Amino acid sequence: MAHMTMIEAIREAHDIAMARDDRVVVFGEDVGFFGGVFRCTAGLQKKFGATRCFDTPISELGIVGTAIGMAANDIRPVVEIQFADYMYPAYDQLVSEAARLRYRSAGEFTCPMVVRMPTGGGIFGAQTHSQSPEALFTHVAGLKTVVPSTPADAKGLLLAAIEDPDPVIFLEPKRIYNGPFDGHHDRPLVGWKKHELGDVPEGHTPVPLGKAMLRSHGEDLTIVTYGTMVHVALGVVTDAGLSADVIDLRTLVPLDIDSVVASVKRTGRCLVLHEATLTSGFGAELTAQVQEECFYHLEAPVKRVAGWDTPYPHAGEWDYFPGPERVLRNIEALLEA
Amino acid sequence: MTDPLRLHVPEPTLRPGDSPDFSGVPIPKAGSVRRPPIDSDPEDIRDLAFTIIRVMDRKGLAVGDWAPDVDDDELRAGLRHMMLLREYDARMLTAQRQGKTSFYMQHLGEEAISCGFRRELVAGDMNFPTYRQAGLLIADDYPMLLMMNQVYSNEGDTVHGRQLPVFYSSKDHGFFSISGNLATQYPQAVGWAMASAIKGATNIAAAWIGDGSTAENDFHAGLVFASTYKAPVVLNIVNNQWAISTFQGIARGGSGTFAARGHGFGIPALRVDGNDYLAVRAVARWAAERARSNLGPTLIEYVTYRVAGHSTSDDPSAYRPEEEGSAWPLGDPILRLRDHLIAREAWSEERHTQAEAEIRAEVIATQKKAEAIGTLTSGRLPSPAHMFEDVFETPTPHLIRQRHEMGV
Repeated sequence: MAHMTMIEAIREAHDIAMARDDRVVVFGEDVGFFGGVFRCTAGLQKKFGATRCFDTPISELGIVGTAIGMAANDIRPVVEIQFADYMYPAYDQLVSEAARLRYRSAGEFTCPMVVRMPTGGGIFGAQTHSQSPEALFTHVAGLKTVVPSTPADAKGLLLAAIEDPDPVIFLEPKRIYNGPFDGHHDRPLVGWKKHELGDVPEGHTPVPLGKAMLRSHGEDLTIVTYGTMVHVALGVVTDAGLSADVIDLRTLVPLDIDSVVASVKRTGRCLVLHEATLTSGFGAELTAQVQEECFYHLEAPVKRVAGWDTPYPHAGEWDYFPGPERVLRNIEALLEA
Repeated sequence: MTDPLRLHVPEPTLRPGDSPDFSGVPIPKAGSVRRPPIDSDPEDIRDLAFTIIRVMDRKGLAVGDWAPDVDDDELRAGLRHMMLLREYDARMLTAQRQGKTSFYMQHLGEEAISCGFRRELVAGDMNFPTYRQAGLLIADDYPMLLMMNQVYSNEGDTVHGRQLPVFYSSKDHGFFSISGNLATQYPQAVGWAMASAIKGATNIAAAWIGDGSTAENDFHAGLVFASTYKAPVVLNIVNNQWAISTFQGIARGGSGTFAARGHGFGIPALRVDGNDYLAVRAVARWAAERARSNLGPTLIEYVTYRVAGHSTSDDPSAYRPEEEGSAWPLGDPILRLRDHLIAREAWSEERHTQAEAEIRAEVIATQKKAEAIGTLTSGRLPSPAHMFEDVFETPTPHLIRQRHEMGV
């Protein structure tokens, strides 16, 4: 075990994957010589050479479009979209091409690639550097969508994503790159290196896609969440002395609904929590599935807490972010219902 | 005071009811354009994007620097490929009109481009085609029965009836699965070629696009990546004058030609007579050799004319003069190659008539076999069980649940 930040864990996953498999090639805007604006690919070009890790023109469409062609030609591209907010020019390539290539060619052409992108707010990035577009991917047949919440998962899930035979969207919650943000923006951040969840196993340690992780065990309610909000939920549970299951989904597609159902059937109360906007968010899918599977075990209607249905504001960042106060208020209402 | 601003909306000069007139389309004499060395500086050959490279003259003789060395057998094969494609189109068009499938797209007048280009590639090269390059398959001897099965979406369709008719896929024959979202395959071809270079392999890629779709961002992304990484790719633009009902002046804007789009990227650009089988072979050979020699991409504009409608859902008489196809000054690619073969005493009118009859019989016989399997409206269709396969390599739990719910 070693303590490291999520950034270092992501870098290590690249390093291990590239060393194990010559076909793994890494590219994107600023990822080559400089090592990425968040430094997730630092040192890879120097170690593996410029044909394995290189800078691209500023064209998300071109990055994903060329990656699809490479993946069809026995290369394993791992590409970085600098911010998830910049993904939209590549969306057609992801939805109409990457997601459907195996299907439309009956397995003759496949698209084993990973598209990494920093997601979420909490860094004063305003509406163009804060979005959480996961539901735009989970709605697409043929894409897998992953959101890690710890350095160990970032490393293990990224290794699994790179080794997966199908396209994987890998959303990295940028607010927790350096430490597990519990939503108290006015308190100093505890870095991963001083946090118990900052432990990362050494070597090649993939974490299988499609398996949730129970981060806290309790009796009174189930909080279903992922990414940054895992730590907000854990903070609220600890601070308020709640007895709650906190389920970190880790992978949204394929979804480990069985873990969620088992927990909700036991607690009878469910709070679905994400930072993305509420309407048609992934929470809507979770809520629907929980009521389909757990209706007769529920003591109260499933509650959703999410980002407001507005663009992510700059000055109003902490009014937008579904922080501890909003989460606790909704939990209290859910427990009283 | 200045005049109010005015928006310029380009219009073709001729519309239905007008007489076709191509006198404004300059057609250089066959053999008049020089063939530069493949390692020429793109700056030194800019003029080749504004002319039309032509090989066969009016007498059917191959003239000039670009006349490629192609033997009689290979030329007769090329003629046969084009005739097969035309007959196949005719039969499938009729089948669609008879309700045996939902949709069809013909190549009428454009046969030389895909049929000729394919013969300059080698096994293992990969085309990223549009819906109007079936000649790439026919000229590589892909079984026509499989093409028909795909058009009919019957049980013999290798892609299980998942795709619109004519959206073929064959890795073995270097034919990438067709999308339908226009231009998406352009950067993919560049990526495939980059992968070849990353691996140190020798195979090249070819991208295909129509004149109208060059307006898509994908085209420009493909060009900037191809230019940046000197990808071993041939970037083809088939300019058939019409994007459904929209004349080429809309997508081209003020750039003069589509080939000229390459210049801003430092990519050598050629403009060629797309109805001249020999000229197609010659430019394809030049571009493929460049790609194989690590000299990077080439942009080729094939000047041709879409004689038929865009698809079976289109009616060109609503937007262009009816006789335009027969007035097209670059002629019919099949008749031109026939005349060339006759001129070099490797063919005759009689053999041509006989070949037409043989090809018709061959295509009809294949069609009967395909229809014995099924059409979209009769016979054996793919099993619904295929619906849930190939979304992922291994079906996920939610797909397994949905398959059970459907009962397959």
